[in-house]
Amino acid sequence: MAGLELLSDQGYRLDGRKSTELRKVQARMGVFAQADGSAYLEQGNTKALAVVYGPHEMRGSRSRALHDRAVINCQYSMATFSTAERKRRPHGDRKSTEMSLHLKQTFEAAVMTQLFPRSQIDIYVKILQSDGGNYSVCVNAATLAVIDAGIPMRDYVCACTVGFVDETPLADLCYAEESGGVSSLALALLPRGGQIALVQMDARLHQDHLGTLIEAAMTACKCVSKVLDEVVRQHLQETSVLSRE
Amino acid sequence: MAVDMRLPTVKNSMSLSHSAADRKDLVVPGDVITSDTGFMRGHGTYVDEDKLTASVAGEVQRVDKLICVRPLKTRFNGEVGDVVVGRITEVQQKRWKVETNSRLDSVLLLSSVNLPGGELRRRSAEDELTMREYLQEGDLISAEVQSVFSDGALSLHTRSLKYGKLGQGVLVQLSPSLIKRQKTHFHNLPCGASIILGNNGFVWLYPTPGQQEEEAGGFYTSLEPVSLSDREVISRLRNCLLALAAHKMLLYDTSVLYCYESSLQHQVGITRCSAEVQNVLYKEETKLY
Repeated sequence: MAGLELLSDQGYRLDGRKSTELRKVQARMGVFAQADGSAYLEQGNTKALAVVYGPHEMRGSRSRALHDRAVINCQYSMATFSTAERKRRPHGDRKSTEMSLHLKQTFEAAVMTQLFPRSQIDIYVKILQSDGGNYSVCVNAATLAVIDAGIPMRDYVCACTVGFVDETPLADLCYAEESGGVSSLALALLPRGGQIALVQMDARLHQDHLGTLIEAAMTACKCVSKVLDEVVRQHLQETSVLSRE
Repeated sequence: MAVDMRLPTVKNSMSLSHSAADRKDLVVPGDVITSDTGFMRGHGTYVDEDKLTASVAGEVQRVDKLICVRPLKTRFNGEVGDVVVGRITEVQQKRWKVETNSRLDSVLLLSSVNLPGGELRRRSAEDELTMREYLQEGDLISAEVQSVFSDGALSLHTRSLKYGKLGQGVLVQLSPSLIKRQKTHFHNLPCGASIILGNNGFVWLYPTPGQQEEEAGGFYTSLEPVSLSDREVISRLRNCLLALAAHKMLLYDTSVLYCYESSLQHQVGITRCSAEVQNVLYKEETKLY
């Protein structure tokens, strides 16, 4: 499309952000009373709802229970109204299964599963509105939900999707940028130790740029972690009133 | 028929007049609690390079040299002697599996229940086959924790006459952290109903049983219709419990009773307890503190 540049000469992106700026993050914990943990997170126009059940007894096949740690079961799905065209198969398709597997891998790195042998932890994430950075928003929402459920974790898990345009890394891509042919990389990080839980990229990128891109992603994740930290502390403050006699 | 509707709104957080925001030591996962190696680590913490770090979001509790972090919401962690209310999920060979809101289903061994008539004898093969006649999937029981298995599952027993299968009543499922630990968890409230405050967060409300000389060891569940006045009392109590839980107040017999008494002034519908009434009840409750 003529006139739509992903990065203008003055350094502004399609939605007016600078290259290192994140979208506005708003989140709420404890949105459902029935689930053990739940959270709602918005990052720009991408909205995700995460729900956690557990740890509880293994449901279904007992044989899949691990004797020394808990099994994390993730399911990623998109609401049929989340994309511009109505989604025909909200879950069960290849993309959702792959995302679920990625989420499982990410949370197995952070949740201290060895404290719950033979149990199961279920994490369900649903995208209510999809505007780019689906994986990252899911990870952020699920982190809040896991914290809300009181499941021990080593650290927060923050994720961000970054892209590379005109020798500049762009943090937190929106849908227009992702589909505009930008090499995008999704990274999930444990901010305090700087440990990477998952890196995912399926685009072409020159290997010289990889280091810069990962650095930019890690910085963006640390910014996200600050926001999530505030949300958690606010929630703690509000809900810990009168819990003691 | 005209229906009353309310849209969801943000609840105004009501704080106590003497709310001490400073008294809390709140941490989030990854927060370093202390770098002093002299402390022992308790639940909710882990050691990362000689630094004691929190693994859950909650408040830090320090008992002498032991530091632990208590999360706001957690599954039930049972200890020996806790009274629990649970639901049978499975009937297996020689034992039942009971769901008690903990991280593994609890176990009720056949040898840990009272046989009809209170006999003390070895359980035979016939007893195994008639297990289902006593407790089936879906039944509610009250029991006590006898021991904890190595993987954390609880072993329950109903070896006293006050435990056993529960008959007619209302179950309210709340968070275990809201139940206060007391000497007894079975209360006969003066308002005309009885309550079992299970440590696992399950609260059972039932009409006070009439004169019963011989307690059949939890076998006998009365199927007589419950009177309307009893039902109203129980419904009101249930609403009180939900109101107290929504404001994160500790539940014990006195707090429930006070809440019930303050609610008598309001004519609430049997099944709903509106936010305004909840707030009023909350105000009355805070006078307790």
